[in-house]
Amino acid sequence: MSNRQYIQGGIGLSEDDIQQGKVFFAEDSLNCRYAWDMGVAIERYLRELKNGRIIAKSCNECRRIMVPPRMFCELCFRPSDDWVFVQDTGVVNTFSICYVNWDASRIKPGETPHLPAVIEIDGASKGMGIMHRLGEVDPKDIKIGMRVKAVWKPAEERTGAITDIKYFKPYQEV
Amino acid sequence: MNRVAIVGVGCSRLGSTSRDVSYREMIFEAAVKCYEDAGGIHPQDIDAFVASSEDFMEGISIADEYVPDQLGAVLKPVQSITGDSLQGLASAMMHIQTGQMDLVVASSFSKASNVQHYENVVSYACDPVTVRPLGENPYFIAGLEMQRYLYETGTSEAHCAQVVAENKYNALFNPLAVYGAKTDIEQVLASPQLFSPLKYQDIAHHADGAVVVLLASERKARELAKKPVWIKGIGWATDTPNLDSRQDGWGDAVYARLAARQAYKMAGITSPRHEICFAEIDDTFSYKQLQHLEALNICARGEAGKLLCQGEFSRQGGFPVNMSGGSLGVGYLHEANGLYKLAEVVWQLRGEAGRRQLDGVKTGLAFAWRGIPTATGVAVILSNLE
Ligand SMILES: [Zn+2]
Repeated sequence: MSNRQYIQGGIGLSEDDIQQGKVFFAEDSLNCRYAWDMGVAIERYLRELKNGRIIAKSCNECRRIMVPPRMFCELCFRPSDDWVFVQDTGVVNTFSICYVNWDASRIKPGETPHLPAVIEIDGASKGMGIMHRLGEVDPKDIKIGMRVKAVWKPAEERTGAITDIKYFKPYQEV
Repeated sequence: MNRVAIVGVGCSRLGSTSRDVSYREMIFEAAVKCYEDAGGIHPQDIDAFVASSEDFMEGISIADEYVPDQLGAVLKPVQSITGDSLQGLASAMMHIQTGQMDLVVASSFSKASNVQHYENVVSYACDPVTVRPLGENPYFIAGLEMQRYLYETGTSEAHCAQVVAENKYNALFNPLAVYGAKTDIEQVLASPQLFSPLKYQDIAHHADGAVVVLLASERKARELAKKPVWIKGIGWATDTPNLDSRQDGWGDAVYARLAARQAYKMAGITSPRHEICFAEIDDTFSYKQLQHLEALNICARGEAGKLLCQGEFSRQGGFPVNMSGGSLGVGYLHEANGLYKLAEVVWQLRGEAGRRQLDGVKTGLAFAWRGIPTATGVAVILSNLE
């Protein structure tokens, strides 16, 4: 038993063989585009983000105020009821300090880590809110339960997207 | 074996587009209709949910994780089947046959209008080393199949054109159908050649929509349903994916032959043409309906086109086929195709098919194919007889 077993009847490949095109390889790239229909609830949600405010929908049966809004309550399984504006402030439910970028490369020394966080939005039901990120904060100071407020892009830069909010920053009530 | 019945069926509005609703809102509509159809049950009383989807069509991986909310399945057993929704139905049925569950949902939807490069999605289904580098539009596969089918059986392009004319005409009587039209053989034959012998009108156009079906154990079906429709038999099969070596699979729908054999055996059917009253059969391309009718043993090879032109498969004929309008008339609903066909059979068997209702039908067949480049088919036998 040895490594030989794995190359019996074949020839081991070297990096050069691939570089010089001595072995077959296929390259392909995906080209898929989608034009997703946002639907009634998310379309309004995004439109209100562009206006610099956060809208929710209520369910009069379980009394929840749901963010992001939805046209039906998934727990009561009935149509949701009223459109309700909620605050752009809230509380950190959970967070992570991420030293790794989207493409799996490590952030450079001295760069601020990525700070994704779940924000429970004031005015929405407990446990409901926005999946976003934190900013203007030293990672060491982030705590679960910390109060935060949305930092919006300037109105002329907003496009009706979740990124119309740049991030949430620590916030002291006056 | 534990018997399983269909006790609820719900279908959303169908359309060539559906810009006003998200897929969640669309499925919610179908689910509410289904649960109401089953006597107004609440999804809390349902034991499990099976959705059928294909991630590439939705543009989201693990699409199955996005299933629960719109079906009322939050914190319930949920799973997805990557296949036609009748494969999902088979899975839902098996859930009940374990004896552990009484009510299980099968669901599926199409948001085909959202897919901007559908040909690419089909292309990615082709082998990346032996087929994709040829750079052909993948519909060529249907052209190859049709060519061989016509060659082997002596069926003509006019026979295929008659399928289009009949199905689009039938669709005029189906308020859900998107592509109903009055057309004729000459107009279909005169439509542009695309993947010869396949022409523009031979191809079913895509549609958006959702279908939700509720299955029940015998005990629960008797409690819930005024008119339970029983699943008497189900079968499915997949041929080799290799386009280069499909052997008999180019001219003949071998997968359909095997799926039907399994379903007929389970249902105790030996003479399908006489023991089954009507069928909803895949017609993604006009020739497929004829090829499938032959493979399903409704008639002999090479007979389907001639019988069609004699009126055998029309409303007044001996074996009505695709009274809904089929995919050519209703619209092609991707993985939801199978469940839609099943819904049509259920409506017929309950006497609820409106202007397309057939008289006194007792047993029906739904057959779905997964479309190019697949060679997968599912056959289901349904009956309103005990
Ligand atoms: Zn509720």
